[in-house]
Amino acid sequence: MSTASNLEKVLKGGNFAVTSECGPPRGADAEVVKKKGSLLAGYVDAVNVTDNQTSVVRMSSFSASLILKTMGLDPVMQMVCRDRNRIAIQSDVLGASALGINNILCLSGDHQKFGDHPTAKNVFDIDSMQLIQCIRQMVDDGKFLSGEEIKGKPALFVGCAENPFADPFEIRAMRLAKKVKAGAQFVQTQCIFNVEKFGKWMEMVRDLGVHEKVYILAGITPMKSVGMAKYMKNSVPGMDVPDDLIKRMQDTPKEKQAEEGIRICLETIEKVRAIKGVSGIHIMAIEWEQRVPEIVKSAGLYPRPQP
Amino acid sequence: MIIANRKPFEEIIGMLKPYSRILLLGCNECVTVCAVGGAKEVAVLASEIKLFRAKEGSPVEIKEVTLERNCDPEYVETLKPFMDDCDVVMSMACGCGIQFVGEHYRNRVVLPAVNTTFDGVTEEHGVWAERCQGCGNCVLDRTLGICPVTRCAKSIFNGPCGGSQGGVCEVNKDTPCAWQLIVDRYKEMDMLERYLEIQPVKDWSTSRDGGPRKRIREDLKI
Repeated sequence: MSTASNLEKVLKGGNFAVTSECGPPRGADAEVVKKKGSLLAGYVDAVNVTDNQTSVVRMSSFSASLILKTMGLDPVMQMVCRDRNRIAIQSDVLGASALGINNILCLSGDHQKFGDHPTAKNVFDIDSMQLIQCIRQMVDDGKFLSGEEIKGKPALFVGCAENPFADPFEIRAMRLAKKVKAGAQFVQTQCIFNVEKFGKWMEMVRDLGVHEKVYILAGITPMKSVGMAKYMKNSVPGMDVPDDLIKRMQDTPKEKQAEEGIRICLETIEKVRAIKGVSGIHIMAIEWEQRVPEIVKSAGLYPRPQP
Repeated sequence: MIIANRKPFEEIIGMLKPYSRILLLGCNECVTVCAVGGAKEVAVLASEIKLFRAKEGSPVEIKEVTLERNCDPEYVETLKPFMDDCDVVMSMACGCGIQFVGEHYRNRVVLPAVNTTFDGVTEEHGVWAERCQGCGNCVLDRTLGICPVTRCAKSIFNGPCGGSQGGVCEVNKDTPCAWQLIVDRYKEMDMLERYLEIQPVKDWSTSRDGGPRKRIREDLKI
C-alpha cells in the first residue's frame, strides 16, 4: 500500500468500492459539512469533496476535506486546473498530504461561464492529464514539475474522472488510457443513465486492457424528479439521459418520483456491477446525501469493509 | 489579421464630451478588412458624432484621416500637421495603433473608438473568427493545424474535456470543440494513434505570462 488511503486499501483488497460525494457549502459553516459527513459515515469507503463545482464559489475542497478527515472519513480532495497555476497546485498538494488527506482527484474544471463569477479570468496553466502526471511525479519521484527535489515527498492515491458520454465517443476509452498512462490509479465516471452506452465504453476500455491498470468506479446519480431528469438531459453538457428513463419518471405520480428515481439508481448499480472491469461505484447524490445509506444497503453493499 | 469591434456609440460620445475639435483616425490595414476602422467607417462615425453633438447644441469639428498603417512610425509621423488643430485624437485603429499614436504625440490624448478583440481570419464574408493567441511556442505540428490554446475555451492540451457534445463546445453552441476538430483531423490524415501521445506541460514564458514581448533583429536596425 503506497498511502494510508482507505479507498486504496478497499480496492487493492479486491472489494467492490463505494464512494460518494459532499459538495461544500456556500459559506463558512463547518456544521453543513459535518452534517453531510455524518450521513455518509460508515456507508462509503471515501467521500469526494468537490472543488467549486460548476464554477460557483464554495468553501474550499481542501478545508471541507479536512473537516471530514477529522470525523474519521477518508476524503478524496478534488482539484481543478481552472483556478490554480502549477505553483498553487503543487503547494496545495504538499499541504493536503501534510494534513493527512490521502486521495486526490484531478480535473480540468468547469468553465467559469457556468458559475457565479462568469467575468473571472481562468488559469488552465496545466490540464487534468498533466495534473495527474504532476502529482505522480511528486509522489513517486519526489520531484516538482520543475525537476527540483521535494524534501518530504507527499503520499496520495491519485484519481481522475472520465465522461464516457461526451464526444467524440470513439476516443473516450483512449482518453482514459492516456490518463492511466499519465498515472491515474482510479477513475470515477460521469453519471451513468445510459447503461448500454456505458457498457460499450467499458468494452472499448477492456479492448485496450485499461481495466487491468486502473480501478474503475461507475458514476451513479439518483434522480429526485422528472424535472431533474429533464434538466440533466437538456442543460448539463456531456450528460446522456435516455428518453425511456425520462418517460418512466414522467409516468410516475409526482409524489412517487423520488422512490422511482432510487429504484432506477439501484437497477443501474446492479447492471454496472455485472460489467467486467467495474471495481466500484461513485454515488453522486446531489444535495440528497441522506438517501445514500439506504442506496448502499439496498444494493447489498453494506456493511463496508472496516478501515 | 487583427479583429476589432466598434465601441457602443454612447461610450464614444461619453469619451468625447469635453472636446470640440477631434482628429478621427482610421487605418488601412486589418481594421479596414474587418470593416470597423477604415476610411468608410471613419466617415460614418464622423457623421454620427457631428449629428449628435449638433442636436445637443455643442457642435464639433472633425478632421478625418486614415493612415496606411498606425503601427509604423513612417506613417504615424505624417499626422504631425493635424495635431495643432485638434484637442483630442479618437482612433479606430487596433490597440497597437492607438498606443503608438499616443507615444508619438504626447500632448494629445488618444481615445479608442474600437475594442480590439483577437487575431483571426475571415471565415466567410462578414464572419471573423479567432485563430492565434501568439503564445510564442507554436504546437500546430502536434495538433495538425488546430490551435488548442486559442480554440479550446480551457486551452487544454489533452482534450477534449467532458463538455464536448455533438462537436460543439459547452461554453458556446456556436463554437466548434477544438479537440473534436483535432481528432477529426487525426482521422482524416490516418494518424489517430497520435491522440495517445500525452502533450507535456506548456512553457508559457514565451506567452503574455513572460511579460511584454519584443523582437529585435540587429541586422535590420539602422
